[in-house]
Amino acid sequence: MPLPSYTLGVMEASAYAPEVFARGLPSGPRPEQSFEDVAKSAGAVAGDASALLSLQGISLSFGGVVALADIDLSVRQGEIRAIIGPNGAGKSSLINVISGVYRPDRGHVQLDGTSYAQVPTQRLAHLGVARTFQNLALFKGLSVLDNVASGLAYKVRSNFAGQVLGIGRSRGEQRDSRSRAEQILEFLHLTAIRDRLVGTLPYGLQKRVELARALVAEPRLLLLDEPMAGMTASEKSEMASFVRAARDRFATTVVLIEHDVGVVMGLSDRIAVLDYGRKIADATPDEVRNDQRVIDAYLGVASDNEDGAGI
Amino acid sequence: MTAITSDFVAAPVLPKWVVPVLLLAFAYGVVPLIGSSYVFEAILLPFLALSLAGVGLNILTGYAGQVSLGSAAFMAAGAFAAYNFNLRVEGLPLIGSIFLAGIVAAAIGIVFGLPSLRLKGFYLAVSTLAAQFFVQWALTKFSWFSNNSASGVIDAPRLSISGLALDGAVGRYLFALTIVTVLTFLAYRLVSSQTGRNFIAIRDNETAARIIGIPVLRTKLLAFAISSFIIGVAGVIWAFAYLRTVEPDGFDLDRSFQILFIIIIGGLASIRGAFFGAALILVFPLALSRLGGFLLGDLFDSGVLDMSQRIVLGALIILFLILEPDGLVALWDRVRRRLLFAWQST
Repeated sequence: MPLPSYTLGVMEASAYAPEVFARGLPSGPRPEQSFEDVAKSAGAVAGDASALLSLQGISLSFGGVVALADIDLSVRQGEIRAIIGPNGAGKSSLINVISGVYRPDRGHVQLDGTSYAQVPTQRLAHLGVARTFQNLALFKGLSVLDNVASGLAYKVRSNFAGQVLGIGRSRGEQRDSRSRAEQILEFLHLTAIRDRLVGTLPYGLQKRVELARALVAEPRLLLLDEPMAGMTASEKSEMASFVRAARDRFATTVVLIEHDVGVVMGLSDRIAVLDYGRKIADATPDEVRNDQRVIDAYLGVASDNEDGAGI
Repeated sequence: MTAITSDFVAAPVLPKWVVPVLLLAFAYGVVPLIGSSYVFEAILLPFLALSLAGVGLNILTGYAGQVSLGSAAFMAAGAFAAYNFNLRVEGLPLIGSIFLAGIVAAAIGIVFGLPSLRLKGFYLAVSTLAAQFFVQWALTKFSWFSNNSASGVIDAPRLSISGLALDGAVGRYLFALTIVTVLTFLAYRLVSSQTGRNFIAIRDNETAARIIGIPVLRTKLLAFAISSFIIGVAGVIWAFAYLRTVEPDGFDLDRSFQILFIIIIGGLASIRGAFFGAALILVFPLALSRLGGFLLGDLFDSGVLDMSQRIVLGALIILFLILEPDGLVALWDRVRRRLLFAWQST
C-alpha cells in the first residue's frame, strides 16, 4: 500500500481553524465541506467521508509481541467512541498510534482527510487533536490555571523577548490564553482551585485538570486514555457528564478508553472492543452488550445470561 | 489537606514587589555608605557575580530541567569575549562589550546544548562537561584570546559608563549591582512568561509538552541560550568587577560545581534561591574560619580550614538534598509563614 508522504504544505492546509466549525452543532460535517451530501448518505462505512478519524490496517508489534493487528476504525464527527478491552488488549497503543507517539508497522491514520504513516506529534495540537494520558501527565510545578493555559502554547507567536518586555502581541496573547483557560476552569468547576499547584491536588481533580488542559484548545478530536481510572463512582459519573458536556459544547469528537463498562455503556455512541490486538466488535452499546464474542473475551458474564443482567 | 489550607491562611500580607524594592534601596542607598572595602572586595562582588551565575543556571537546570556542568565555561567565554570586544573594537562602549559577550556565551551555549535534544539527566550533564573542558582548553591553547599574554592572564579594562569612572570598590559594586538587578528582573519576567511556563512544562513532562504543541527542541535551545547569556555576563562581572585579573584556570570544573551547589542549596526553580545559595556558599567559609580560629586557635591553619570547608560543605549539600530538597528558599518561606502566623494569632 503506497503511503502518501505528507509535506508541510499539506499540513498547513489542514491546520486547525477553530472559528470554522459551528458551535452548538454537536455532530455533522462542517458547513463548508464540499462532500457534505455524500457524507450524509454514506453512513458509517469505514473510511467514509464523514469520518474525522479513520485507521486503516494498523498493525504494531513490540519485538515479537503483537500489540495491534490490522485494526480498522472509523470515528464520525461528533461521536463519543469508546475503546474497551481486557488489559493488554492494545487500547493505549491505539491511542498512542493516533497521537503519533508510536509509529505503526503497517497501515495509516487518516485525520480529517489527510493520511499519515505516523501522525506528527509536534503538529498534533495544530491539527486539532488533544489527548490525556493514562498516568497523569500534568506539569507539577505549575498552577492549575497555568497548566490549563499551557494547552494553548501551540498558538503563541510572540517570542521570549516580547514576553519579557511585555511588548508586541505577547500582552494580547497572555490575556487571551488566561481568559480562555478561566472559561474552561469555570466549565469544569475548577475555578476555586485555579491557583493551586497541581501536584498538591487529589488524584480525581488532577484528572479533571488534565481534561481541562486538553479542552482549552477546543480540539476537534479529543483522545482520553482512561479518564476515570482510579476514581470513585461519583467522580466517574461526574467525569462522564463533563465529557458529554464538552462534546455538546465544543462539538468535539471523543475517543476514550475506559475500563468501567457501566460508564462506557451510558456514555458512548459506539464501542469498539479489542482483544489481543484485534478488533472483535464495533457497534452500539446495546449490540456490544449482546455480542457473544465480547462477552467471552471481556464482559465475563456467563453465556446463558441472555438479557445481559449484571453488566 | 490541612497543611495546604494553612498555607493560604498565612499568605504574605505585603505585595510581592515591596521586599525587593526595599532590598534594592538598601543596597544602593545604605550599603555604599557603611560597607568597608573588605566587604565589597571579598563578599559583595563575588556574591553578586555568583548570584547572577546562579540565576542563569537556574533558568536552565531549575526551570527547564536540563542539568549542566559547564557553567564556568560560559563564565569564561563571557569574560574573555568582553575582554576582546573591549580591546579590539574601537569605540564600543563597555555595556556594548558586555552585551556582545553575553551573545557569544549564548551562541556557545546553544552549540553545547545540542546534545540535550537527545540526552537527558546524567548523560546530558556529562556531555556539558565537554563545554567545560573545551572552552578552558581553547582559551589556554590560543593565546589570541588573552592578547598573547604568556600566562593566559587578562587584565580588566577601566570600568566606566558614559564617562563615569567606576574604578573604586564602591564603583565596581554599583556597576555589578546594576547589571545584576536588571538581568535578575528580566529573568523574573521570563520565568513568569509563557516561555518560562514552557520551560517548566518540558522539565515536568516532555512528552505531554510535545503533544500540546510546545516546540520542545526550540525551547530547550532557548533555555541554553538565555542561561548562557546570563552566566556569560556573570563571568564578565567576575573578571572585570571582582577579580580584575583572571586566567582560564580560574573557570575550572570546581567553579561549575560551585554554581550548581548554589542553586541546589538555594532552591531549584527559584530566582531568589540563587541569591540565598550564593550568600551561604560565600559567607559559610568566612564564618567557618572565624569560628575555627576562635575555637582552636593556631591549630586551625589554612590547610585545616580548606579541608574542613570541603567536609562541612559536602555534609551540608547531602543534608539539604535529604531534608530540604527545595532549598533555603523553602526553609525561609516556612519560617516566615510560621512567624507571620504567630504574629497574626497574637
